[in-house]
Amino acid sequence: MTVIANTLIVFTILTGLIFTVVTVIGVLRFPDVYTRAHAASKSATLGVIGILLGTFFHFWLNEGLFSIKLLLGILFLFITAPIGGHLLSRAAYLSGVKPTKHTVGDDLAEVVKQSKRD
Amino acid sequence: MAFQILLNFFIALVWMFLSSSLTVTSFVVGYLIGFILLLMMRRFFTVKLYTRRLWAAIKLTLLFIKELIMSNLSVLFLVIRPKLAIQPRIFALPTDLKHDWEITLLSSLITLTPGTVVMYVSDDQKVLYVHAIDAGDVEEAVHSIKNTFEKAIREVSRP
Repeated sequence: MTVIANTLIVFTILTGLIFTVVTVIGVLRFPDVYTRAHAASKSATLGVIGILLGTFFHFWLNEGLFSIKLLLGILFLFITAPIGGHLLSRAAYLSGVKPTKHTVGDDLAEVVKQSKRD
Repeated sequence: MAFQILLNFFIALVWMFLSSSLTVTSFVVGYLIGFILLLMMRRFFTVKLYTRRLWAAIKLTLLFIKELIMSNLSVLFLVIRPKLAIQPRIFALPTDLKHDWEITLLSSLITLTPGTVVMYVSDDQKVLYVHAIDAGDVEEAVHSIKNTFEKAIREVSRP
């Protein structure tokens, strides 16, 4: 039983760590703010959720403490992380940050120009 | 829907008082009896029984978790590839959803989908502007968003 529990804990925390590292590499390697938002809004979410889940399992299965706060933390992260990514890229676009030169199409440019004119 | 849940709750409460045992067990028994009563009386409600929407919400949650894991794997493969061959594109995605919470939920789901981040919601709330990390997948992404997410959300919001 403890073997299964420990395997579960190690697996979840390791997954979390891997995806946190992926976030860091993605933020360093991607060319502009919008592609970086991809890495920061997705991988960071799963990374922190994995680590929190591992901590939750450790305290539950090894120490016998069922921590509701960790579960609430996971829920809040689930709700807020995509909205954070959305707001960051929206603010960057509206303040005029140019996308990378690899970008092939931009449907949003006219809309923003139109709303600036009004 | 909220009315049905509240009714079921009150039937359970009445059952607790009738059997004069204020325990969790009698509450659960009363809740089950109340649910059977609601099931028998369901033609008097104007909307469908609440379990259908509950089930749809559970399915939506599972979809959320699945998409999160898939999108993380796609970012992982994108990041560890030695040569960064990406073609970002911002495309417009028309949506049929009406309520504010539905659009918020849809944009959260899109942000957690592989390769897409919502950047802007038009002022009339009919078009979402989505940043895709690879232009080749755009058609497929639009298709999957239309068929999977909007359908799942409409399943939950349908009265």
